Amino acid sequence: MATIIVDNKSYTVDEQQNVLAACLGHGLNVPYFCWHPAMGSVGACRQCAVKQFKDDRDQSGRLVMSCMTPATNGTRISIDDPEAKAFRASVIEWLMVNHPHDCPVCDEGGECHLQDMTVMTRHVYRRYRYQKRTHRNQALGPFIRHEMNRCIQCYRCVRYYRDYAGGRDLNVFGSHDAVYFGREQDGTLENEFSGNLVEVCPTGVFTDKTFFHHYTRKWDLQAAQSICPHCSLGCNTTAGERSGTLRRITNRFNSQVNGYFLCDRGRFGYEYVNSPHRIKRAVVRPDCDRTKPGQPEEVPQAIEIAADRLRRARGVVGLGSPRASLEANVALRSLVDPQHFYQGVDEQERQLLSTILKIFQTGPVPSASIHDAEQSDAVFVLGADLLNEAPRLALALLQSIRQEPMEQVDELKIPRWDEAAVRNAVQNRRGPLFLAGYQRTWFHEYATDTYFAAPDDIARLGFAVAGSIGQGTPSVPDLSPEVKDLTQRIAEALTHAQRPLIIAGTKSGSQATIEAAANVAWALHQQGKQPRLSFVLPECNSAGLALLGGGRLNDAFDAIRQGKADTVIVLENDLYRRAEAANVDAFLETAQTVVVIDSVEHRTTAHADVLLPSATGPESDGTFVNQEGRAQRFYQVFVPDGDVKESWRWLSELGRATSQEGGSESGVAAWRNFDDAVSATATAAPALARIGEVAPSASFRLVGQKVPRQSERYSGRTSLISHLTMHEPPPPVDHDSPLGFTMEGYRGPLPSPLISQFWAPGWNSIQAVNTYQDEVGGPLRDEMPGVRLIEPVATKASGWFTTIPRAFQPTAHQWLLLPLSAVFGSDELSNRSPAIAERIGKPFLSLHPSDGARLTLEDHSTVDLVLQGTTYRLVVHLDPSTPVGTAGLSLVPEVSGVSMPAWVDLLKAIQTEHKRRAA
Amino acid sequence: MLSEIERRELEDAVKHYPDKRGAAIDALLTIQRRRGWISDDTLFEIAQFLEITAEDLDSVATFYNLVFRKPVGRHVAFMCDSISCWIKGCEQVQEQIKKLYDVDLGQTTSDGRLTVLPIACLGQCERAPALLIDQDVYGNVTPEKIEQIVEKYK
Amino acid sequence: MERPLTQHIHPDGTTRTLREYVKTGGYRCLQRLSSGLAPKDLQRLVTDAGLRGRGGGGFLTGTKWSFVPMGADAPKPKYIVANGDEMEPGTFKDRVLMEGDPHGLVEGMILAGYAIDAEVGYIFLRGEYHLSAQRLTEAIAEAYAAGYLGTPLPGTGFRFDLHLHASAGRYICGEETALINALEGKRAVPRAKPPFPQTVGLWGKPTVVQNVETLYNIPHIVNQGSDWYHRLSRTQDGGTKIYGISGRVANPGWWELPLGTTAREVLEQHAGGMADGVCFRGLLPGGISTAFMTEEHLDLPLDFSSIPPEIGRLGTATMIVLDDHTCPVGFVLNLEKFFARESCGWCTPCREGLPWVAKLLMSFEEGRATSEDLSLLKMHTKWLAPGHTFCGLAPGAMAPLQSALKYFHDDFERHISTRGCPWSKKSSQQKVLV
Repeated sequence: MATIIVDNKSYTVDEQQNVLAACLGHGLNVPYFCWHPAMGSVGACRQCAVKQFKDDRDQSGRLVMSCMTPATNGTRISIDDPEAKAFRASVIEWLMVNHPHDCPVCDEGGECHLQDMTVMTRHVYRRYRYQKRTHRNQALGPFIRHEMNRCIQCYRCVRYYRDYAGGRDLNVFGSHDAVYFGREQDGTLENEFSGNLVEVCPTGVFTDKTFFHHYTRKWDLQAAQSICPHCSLGCNTTAGERSGTLRRITNRFNSQVNGYFLCDRGRFGYEYVNSPHRIKRAVVRPDCDRTKPGQPEEVPQAIEIAADRLRRARGVVGLGSPRASLEANVALRSLVDPQHFYQGVDEQERQLLSTILKIFQTGPVPSASIHDAEQSDAVFVLGADLLNEAPRLALALLQSIRQEPMEQVDELKIPRWDEAAVRNAVQNRRGPLFLAGYQRTWFHEYATDTYFAAPDDIARLGFAVAGSIGQGTPSVPDLSPEVKDLTQRIAEALTHAQRPLIIAGTKSGSQATIEAAANVAWALHQQGKQPRLSFVLPECNSAGLALLGGGRLNDAFDAIRQGKADTVIVLENDLYRRAEAANVDAFLETAQTVVVIDSVEHRTTAHADVLLPSATGPESDGTFVNQEGRAQRFYQVFVPDGDVKESWRWLSELGRATSQEGGSESGVAAWRNFDDAVSATATAAPALARIGEVAPSASFRLVGQKVPRQSERYSGRTSLISHLTMHEPPPPVDHDSPLGFTMEGYRGPLPSPLISQFWAPGWNSIQAVNTYQDEVGGPLRDEMPGVRLIEPVATKASGWFTTIPRAFQPTAHQWLLLPLSAVFGSDELSNRSPAIAERIGKPFLSLHPSDGARLTLEDHSTVDLVLQGTTYRLVVHLDPSTPVGTAGLSLVPEVSGVSMPAWVDLLKAIQTEHKRRAA
Repeated sequence: MLSEIERRELEDAVKHYPDKRGAAIDALLTIQRRRGWISDDTLFEIAQFLEITAEDLDSVATFYNLVFRKPVGRHVAFMCDSISCWIKGCEQVQEQIKKLYDVDLGQTTSDGRLTVLPIACLGQCERAPALLIDQDVYGNVTPEKIEQIVEKYK
Repeated sequence: MERPLTQHIHPDGTTRTLREYVKTGGYRCLQRLSSGLAPKDLQRLVTDAGLRGRGGGGFLTGTKWSFVPMGADAPKPKYIVANGDEMEPGTFKDRVLMEGDPHGLVEGMILAGYAIDAEVGYIFLRGEYHLSAQRLTEAIAEAYAAGYLGTPLPGTGFRFDLHLHASAGRYICGEETALINALEGKRAVPRAKPPFPQTVGLWGKPTVVQNVETLYNIPHIVNQGSDWYHRLSRTQDGGTKIYGISGRVANPGWWELPLGTTAREVLEQHAGGMADGVCFRGLLPGGISTAFMTEEHLDLPLDFSSIPPEIGRLGTATMIVLDDHTCPVGFVLNLEKFFARESCGWCTPCREGLPWVAKLLMSFEEGRATSEDLSLLKMHTKWLAPGHTFCGLAPGAMAPLQSALKYFHDDFERHISTRGCPWSKKSSQQKVLV
């Protein structure tokens, strides 16, 4: 720690920081543009100028850039020095020389960092009277709008896109006052993290195109904390609504999880909430006549019909969902009783989740947060395609490979925040990253070594590495010399690291890779190292559902088939994604009554006898547990229209409707508000005991007040429904949380989940996050970043996994069909967003060129492939990273429901081949 | 497509740098000597050779004065417009060029013969005004001498 | 008077061959390196000689070299780079040396490399200097063939490789860290210091960037010693300097003279005074990033230490003369247009401020300036100062403007009051800014 003197006051700061960050951490307002807490300083914009004095006798001092000045002990500066202030105002005046001053029509207006800094420096009068330079804008795809005239040349966009996110197709062109930031040619920005440009850009050059289509000002949004539902990482978001439409998703800082950034799927996938395919009314099939479509029904009647069927049912099965909240799943479990509650996932997935939980619950190695991943200095990934399955984790690993070279940076006495100097010193050196998988992406260019192989071979590599590191670990016979070498390299890198990380996933369906990953981590632990483990899971609450437990899906199918039950309740789940269509058809058709509770139409809802409209994430409160085992709360942002209600509320009503007349309510029937739901969830399983600590309870108040979801400047309240009535109704009451659907309430320091949007006086843009942190880049004050439900209690592993698979052997007539996740296309909900849908590629079959030759298939040709009874039209991709003897099937909407991995005789299954089309 | 000679020249250029990216400027100038200017296609070919993206290479190409990303005439005349040449009358020379060949700074003659561009100090200050046509330097240029100088460049 | 750098340069513009160069003692000192001239000895020799950088900065060369990490553990390879990106308007001295005596640069680089244990050298040459490129390429080939390059020097393990890099043309490449970026094949944007190139330079390795003229001095210092070097000059800064003059003087040209020669001597004794019909008003001593000196300063010794900072600095010592038939505002406009065009575009004050200054000066020339414009010009000279901008380009741009406002204030005022340029018959600026 060090002491610096600012305007004659002393402050304690971290001497590893620069003066700008140190001042911001103490709430001192110094304007800046090019510095970013996640990207360090480059000293380009000159906005952060302060006066530095040699000592207390120095009267004149000199201007320095605070972002480039180390906060060493005794540093003496002045922010309020008149010369410094005048210079900073001049910098704004210079930036205004070419700025179009189009705030009224600019999407950034009202949350614009340039506006904020202009006001902060008090510059008001433009003296430049000459022509401004103008640029042509580019069409950059469905996510981002481009308006180059507003550019203040801070270079943040290219530093973020290229240096931080590994992107290649955005760059700076030209020079002097004609520099241009864009692509070589118009076209969709390729990088999966391009959306963060809208927050990184301090002006309106890069803005959210999806938001543009239903634009409103930041201050007019009603907002609350949300958790992204599109993968298992659980990034925190802020969802903003107005007039019943969800308008946009922005990043919500969580120091342990997503930090400052999201992936594009999470940022732009929200339009399913506004989809025309939303279920807004209860729909009932009268008399179970399945030849007729269902009819909209009033809620009390729908409930009564459902309750009646439930009361008369000869056995009910309840299918939970890994994308429904914990509370919703617990509600269903309570309604149908635990022995009739089934996890609505396929058996393979259930097995893998169970293994993963056991590894964390009984082993000595803790799970890694995304923040941990960023700090790792050696990473080994077994089988998971991070870029497509858990993109934000891939982004974190791009930062992890900077860790190991930092040693040399420190030796050269270069401060770590001196970004350009760090990069010049490090050049192309990267820390160890070993990626084993079966599809190459651009992310693999950053790997030290890549290994493309079938899952069993990947597992064998993992077991071999563990064997090489640990004592008494099972070893792997019959390894090729290349794999032996690779094993050595990986083992060495992991053992030399301070914070090694092992990652695997469930997508490939391989139990062995998960076990191998555990062995590696446990071997490192045995050798006295501090490893972490991370498993990529399928969905946003896969971990939560697994912790809750429940029966096998096949047992549910059996129960109906054998007549032991005749009534089915499906919670937020499209069963056609979980099992083969024929089995699901039989299941739903055999059941006498099918009750479905979900938010968006899909194939399963079409089979419902009673369809109840559930709320989506932003329309309800709930808890998800992410792949790290972190339980996080999402809050309702707005009251949905129609008869939409939280799933747990539907189940609670059903519970009341089906309970005995006059009897006391118990279980879910007794739930009245969300606090009840949380308490019940906390007792539903031992692992869930701490759910109540995740966020403040519904009764939490500050100075007796609730916390408003709306800003003080939220406009139009009295006229929003003036087309319906001139009366201003009281705002809806929120019984489920400390938040209110109102402008009124407490506005002061808050526990982080209750912050509606980041804002502070003078900081209207997202940079306001600085004002919520004690150290910029560090945790928010009173941060409640979720609760890790699983921490290791064992001090050592109880035993090794010993089932080592045989080497994968390609066979003459069978190919192993493996699933290839697609960041755009594999996630059910985001696929419903038009912007995401535009990015979904055509379904393809990936083959090694030699297999392609064997099957006489040409690259880019089209085939019809019969899989599990259905014919799919696919494009052929010949890809050398596809292991021989396997075939990759891209997981896009047209092919969901194919159960993989599976062996397929491609010679038979490919029925026709179309001639190669021109590219 | 890069020709054999071009490829060999690029390979020679790359030898002088520990990594291929270092040869970016050399590569651009080498190919430009043969092709006159760097079109989008040429840019892409060179980028491929250097194993960098077209964006990376264009980011560098568009920074520098001597890399032409638009077509130029058969000959390029650089008129020094820095201070010593200005004092000694480079503007009159420019006006004469305009009169004779109907071409302004930044333009190419309609017959594709000559592109006229400004350039910063050619280091011929003791013989100002100075002119660089292709690789030939001319000092003490006057409006009267222009025609005779430019005639050599067909 | 000794003229070690240029005495053998052919007056007819042809170049010196290797044979000629060796005949007059070239490459001789390479033999001595094994017998008692270790790198640290060479460094001390250069320090004692008081050699200062001739690129405009005037930094002590020996001190610059002392920051390079030495010894077996030092990072490798280390680099020595000759800054031959001579693009400072009014400056042509390096061109003279490279065209006339290319081997002098090669030998200078070998010695400088040896002094800091750098086995690789680059000559960063201005792309427009085609003749220099041709002659240096030939000289390098000759040196390789003769074993001065690419072969361990006798008695030492030191083997030096030299590469010629012709740049694609930007003034900012003359800034040493921008030059390093250009050599790495990137946009020539300067780097922040610290860290200094001596620690983290080309490709992250220790690098020294030295002006061409500076390097030419080194073989002579090694051959004749530091005392001799001091005796060459008139003042405390050692050695000779190539002085140049351009503008409306009788005989524009260059002359190698003792450091400390006065401007009056160069102007009157060597350049033959002002041309017919014009009178002296002022001059920029060394390239355009220097402040005007007027009649009263003509007797100041022109070296790195004798000019008081409030008057200006030597710069490159190639002078540009302002005569009374040339509008000072037009003069400065030409300079600022150059600077605005050559800004790399990285930092705000330079990128946005310089074009604004140029447009303001254009308003003066067009007779549309107001007194507020004068304050705006002054504001820029105050704000675009060292440390306020990312590199020295913008502060350099302000030096002539600030001194012009000081010495020719009345001329600026007359542009305002007469709504036009009093010299407009004789000069007409282009309306279009590039």
